[in-house]
Amino acid sequence: MDTFLGRYRNLIVLAAILFAQIIGLALQVRRPTDAGETRLIRLWAVSAVTPLESAVIHTQAWVGNLWTTYIYLHGVRRENRELRAEIGQMKIEEARLSEDARMARRIQSLLAFKEQYIDSTIAAQVIGTSGSDQSRVLYIDKGSNDGITVDMAVITPSGIVGKIAQVFPDSSQVLPINDQFSGVGAALKDSRLQGILKGAPNGATTLQYIMSDEKVVPGEEVITSGGDRIFPKGLPVGRVVSSEPGKDLFLNIRVIPSARLDQLEEVLVVTKITEKMPDAKDLGPLRASDILAERLPTVPNKTEVDAAGNAKPGTAAAPGTTPAGPGTATAGSTAAHPATPGNGGSKPAVGATIPNKPAGAAYASPTTATYGTVKPKATTPANGRAAGTAVKPANNASTTQPGDSGAQDNGAASPPAKKRVKPAPESTPSAPSEQPSTPPAGAPPQ
Amino acid sequence: MSTRVMPFRGSLTSREQVSVYEFSWAAIIFIPLAAVLIQIFIPVKVRFMPIVDLPFMVTIFFATARRNPITGCLTGCGIGLMQDLFAGPGLSHPLGMYGIALTIIGYLASSLGVKIDVDNPGSRFLITFAFFGVHQGVYYGVAHGLLRQGVQWSWSHTAISALANAVIGIFVYKLLDRFKQR
Repeated sequence: MDTFLGRYRNLIVLAAILFAQIIGLALQVRRPTDAGETRLIRLWAVSAVTPLESAVIHTQAWVGNLWTTYIYLHGVRRENRELRAEIGQMKIEEARLSEDARMARRIQSLLAFKEQYIDSTIAAQVIGTSGSDQSRVLYIDKGSNDGITVDMAVITPSGIVGKIAQVFPDSSQVLPINDQFSGVGAALKDSRLQGILKGAPNGATTLQYIMSDEKVVPGEEVITSGGDRIFPKGLPVGRVVSSEPGKDLFLNIRVIPSARLDQLEEVLVVTKITEKMPDAKDLGPLRASDILAERLPTVPNKTEVDAAGNAKPGTAAAPGTTPAGPGTATAGSTAAHPATPGNGGSKPAVGATIPNKPAGAAYASPTTATYGTVKPKATTPANGRAAGTAVKPANNASTTQPGDSGAQDNGAASPPAKKRVKPAPESTPSAPSEQPSTPPAGAPPQ
Repeated sequence: MSTRVMPFRGSLTSREQVSVYEFSWAAIIFIPLAAVLIQIFIPVKVRFMPIVDLPFMVTIFFATARRNPITGCLTGCGIGLMQDLFAGPGLSHPLGMYGIALTIIGYLASSLGVKIDVDNPGSRFLITFAFFGVHQGVYYGVAHGLLRQGVQWSWSHTAISALANAVIGIFVYKLLDRFKQR
């Protein structure tokens, strides 16, 4: 026995060490979420080297900053001139884009779309890496003491970087998008095709799960889709370099990340994302019609008219009737003052007036407020309108009187209204004079 | 250089003797520690650095210099586990992946160090080149076979990395030779 142990001592020791490590691996894999010894020893190790890493990196950054800020100023004047010219061009571009953005937000507001906004970020410095070719994780100098938690998005102004994988008191581990264990919900900006951006052992990133019958051209921009619930929708991810058929009916799309993942020094950790409706009040100055709508008095319930056209006191207009928003105009005093007893409920003569209504208002969201008795859901245009009723576009906001929606409807077909709703400015799109009064049912909002 | 000599154990008939070097405790502790720290610091500024595997080189250096398979195993195990601590998230990179790989490398290198002259730059180049492939193969086997991770194997990448490590290793070993006790 002694001879056997002596002869194979080295191999026995090797086998024992390997066996112990394999058992350790198995225990870690079996309890992946257990914050036990493994987590603790990592915590100790990272906490021990973090001050050293931070000191080295910050000293290096300070020296570098001293050089670039005070000593090496060659070419700054020329660069400043170029940047000023670039700012001028960007201002022109910004003016054009901001108008488009306002219009898009107004439409989103009408459709009750919620947007994700980055509320707060924390700037962090990259202080270390995994030091391994198989893993591309990074370490930053902000941790749980700074409010960082797992799965927070890490970005740069030029594009996304990755997400927080592990958090330590004064540092965090970032799993970048080019790591082989990373996955990001991404979409092609132009074609809106959605897939998953995955990393590879060699650091390449590929957009996967896009069918091979789709056409993807190199150069197309890739953005976040928001599907992973980590990155807000629309952040730049990268650009398509090549697209070729892969296996399993999917395209193999190679993407170059927008952020220079190999030259990261400072990053932003997104600590708070909120979902909210775009506020139309912030989109620009109020229109005259909006101000007018706020100042106009509320209108009592309308009376229903019978088949003979006589008003029925105490009844209200149908929910399906088209409301007359502020800015809409009616011709003739009869329709303009429907609340007047014996007058407001009267059925207007064919060919007289109906209120003008922009197309978008017909699809008002639940937040869209309307005058009179109309419920938002029932604002389908032409509902309950007498066939052959003539339409007259409104072009004079000053003549508008809210609450005249019941005037043009067949009162007999209208159920009683529930309540009055105070209007909101964003619910009253402007009424261009050349616009037809009522959009067809099912028409998309404009 | 005063070094301990030991009989060549690879063959019963051989009377060749090889030198066994010793190191101070400070060198045994701080050289691997420095190698791991440099490995995680430097790539922040030098991005090709992950190709170069300093802890792997240090393992080979100590194993071939001390020529004891048991200490080779233990050295490799310690350095590998230290490298594991920083190598990635716990789920994708549990402790022990580099530990197993460097334990085997330490054993093989020290076993080989008993049999051949490992102070020659040429043999160092060949040992580093060959063992880097073994190291990557063991790592891949652990990741793919034991942990069922979807890691990919690239012959070209492994060959280039092995070549880079072998070339740089010659200079690193020359530097580390200064820590051999005289």
